[in-house]
Amino acid sequence: MNENLREQLLLLPDYFQGHLILTLIALSLGIVISIPLGIWAAQSVTVKRPLLALVSIIQTFPSVAILALVVAMLGGQIGTIPAVIALVLYSMLPIVRNTVTGLETIPSEVADAAKGIGMSPNQILVKVRLPLALPIIIAGIRTATVWTVGLATLSTLVGATSFGNYIFTGLQIRNLVAVTVGSLAAAIMAVILDSLIAGVQWLAENRNQHSATKRYKQVKVVVATAFLIGIVFSTYSLLPDSKADFVVGGKGFTEQHIIAGLLKAELERSGFEVDQRLGLGSEVVYSATANETVDVYLEYTGTVWANRMNKSQNPGREAVMRGVIDHVENRDGMVSVGTLGFQNLYALAMRKDRAEELGVDTIEDIIPVARNLIAAGDLEFFGRPEWLALREVYDIDFAQKLTFDPALMYNAVNDRQVDLIAAYTSDGRVAAYDLKILDDPRGAFLPYDGFLIASSSAAQNNTFMEVLQSLVNKISDEEIREANKLVDVDGGSISDAVQYLQGVIE
Amino acid sequence: MIELINIKKSFDDDSALAVSNVSLNVKKGEFLGLIGESGSGKTTTLKMINRLEEPSSGEIRVKGENVLDRNPEELRRNIGYVFQGIGLFPHYTVLENVSAVPELLRWEKQRINKRCEETLRMVGLPIKSYGSRYPSQLSGGQQQRVGVARALAAEPEVILMDEPFGALDPITRAELQEEVKRIHQQLDLTIIMVTHDMTEALLMADRIAVMKGGEILQIGTPTELLNHPDHDYVRKIVEMPKKRADRLEELMRLP
Repeated sequence: MNENLREQLLLLPDYFQGHLILTLIALSLGIVISIPLGIWAAQSVTVKRPLLALVSIIQTFPSVAILALVVAMLGGQIGTIPAVIALVLYSMLPIVRNTVTGLETIPSEVADAAKGIGMSPNQILVKVRLPLALPIIIAGIRTATVWTVGLATLSTLVGATSFGNYIFTGLQIRNLVAVTVGSLAAAIMAVILDSLIAGVQWLAENRNQHSATKRYKQVKVVVATAFLIGIVFSTYSLLPDSKADFVVGGKGFTEQHIIAGLLKAELERSGFEVDQRLGLGSEVVYSATANETVDVYLEYTGTVWANRMNKSQNPGREAVMRGVIDHVENRDGMVSVGTLGFQNLYALAMRKDRAEELGVDTIEDIIPVARNLIAAGDLEFFGRPEWLALREVYDIDFAQKLTFDPALMYNAVNDRQVDLIAAYTSDGRVAAYDLKILDDPRGAFLPYDGFLIASSSAAQNNTFMEVLQSLVNKISDEEIREANKLVDVDGGSISDAVQYLQGVIE
Repeated sequence: MIELINIKKSFDDDSALAVSNVSLNVKKGEFLGLIGESGSGKTTTLKMINRLEEPSSGEIRVKGENVLDRNPEELRRNIGYVFQGIGLFPHYTVLENVSAVPELLRWEKQRINKRCEETLRMVGLPIKSYGSRYPSQLSGGQQQRVGVARALAAEPEVILMDEPFGALDPITRAELQEEVKRIHQQLDLTIIMVTHDMTEALLMADRIAVMKGGEILQIGTPTELLNHPDHDYVRKIVEMPKKRADRLEELMRLP
């Protein structure tokens, strides 16, 4: 078997368990909350309209935004709880709507008869309307199930384990096998759960006519067994497992995966149990370290300076560093361990031959010709403070400004489709395509020194801090670029890059 | 047994009276037919007796007690009701349908079983072969027999019927009419039956009230209505069954 595929399949049991638990908990809560809401709405028009509008609006929110909002509302907590809350919110629409519809579509003669023989409104609901609405309510639960299994992949972004770990890691480190395994696994889980609930629906629909047939009994046994297994498995999984000593966090791109891998390897060498929470959003991982869900991760000075401190001026590398450390330690109560030695900042880059053609060495040199050049950036660059600063400090603008996925952006400049790009200095593709990075004499680009942030509780462990401090200023720009190139360009694994860096450090 | 005194009823969305100034007195053991075309107010009048509708003014007494003084659910459990669209619960078996009202009245299990067996036998559906079937497995006529059994199950003295045979084919309808008539006599029930079929009313009822435009035009025994209709509309609606009877008689006399 393919080595890559084997490596991915080893992760399957963990991701499967995470995904199934998330889905089952979210669905159970969704059902327990949504059916009573649906019943309430079916009794009164004044409740129904606003409630259905509300659950529909929740549905129209981008799912990533809901996740981020839930994390923010929980004060930065990451993991299973925010993921489950977001999934529950998303599962509500089909269940609430089908409950209302199911209760409203009872034949009027049956409802009239129930009233006419003297049933109270509650008795009519429990004895007549709910049982008759059951198949429609279950159909709503089926829809919610398929949605939830799909959306649970996004839980990875807030640090809950799911098949999304395959997908997001795979996308970041360009491992299509991982993306495929994750997507297929999620699809298969959706199909299996959907069929199971379809079985329940069939049982509910046929309980009158066919309850005595052999087939009915067989379906009943299969469905009951499957649910029993699901419940036993979930209960077993929820038992607290051996708690890791430390949790290493990381954002979603290659360099973060590599450094997180390095941190884990080094900590494990000192005998610690280490868990990883990778692919987290920038805001999420910072708050998670502040509230000690994550114990250490790689941050960049410019990110904290611009995004958390909302500063746009660039007072110089040292001043930014001092300001950021003060913010991280004194305002947010974390510990700055120290820089690793490399920067990951935006810089303008172009082909070496094109630079010679134009006689360009620094950004100042392109001022006279900028109006004739085509520039490209990643999806956010032209909306970021870096671009605003660049435009203001050098007073330049380009003939065209295109946005690309980073992978395509490097291809575009290499194929001469664009003249220059906003590259990342630590990106392996800068080395692979042998691009020239233009100097920034006026300091328009903020410094992005990579440094480790540790949670305050973890920082009290001396061995832990010694391990981290042994990495300080050990990795140069060239070396991180080489490590990134190993993964992004040469198709190596994260552990290959980690081994390379371990060699560098010793 | 049942008294309606100056009943008026208008619906909120319509200022016209659906029922205006209806007074009726039904004696114990009497079978009253309430006949009229749709919109005549006959079904509304029936529904006010067990408070499925509330009168706008006037008073309704069942066994001497004002129905507005009684809990509506308890009132309904003590009055049998046979519904126009049959209205059986599709997710209940025949037995569960018939035992619905005794269950609501919290009878003991044994008493319920005994009574259900009795009523199902009365309508010709032995519990052994039919008790565990579902309504969808029965013919229309069998379904309405279950409907009648359900109305009888809690041993009510009063039964209200809202066009109970409307959906049935002529042969089944005739059979059921006769059975209901027989049960009426056997159990000494007080029955009010709404119908738009004059022949049905003439053949089943002890007295008939003819309604039009929310008012009762004439009340009388079948013989009185046939021989002394005191209103054009009444004359018109008794004419048809009379003509048919005459024609049938003629046909039978032919050699």
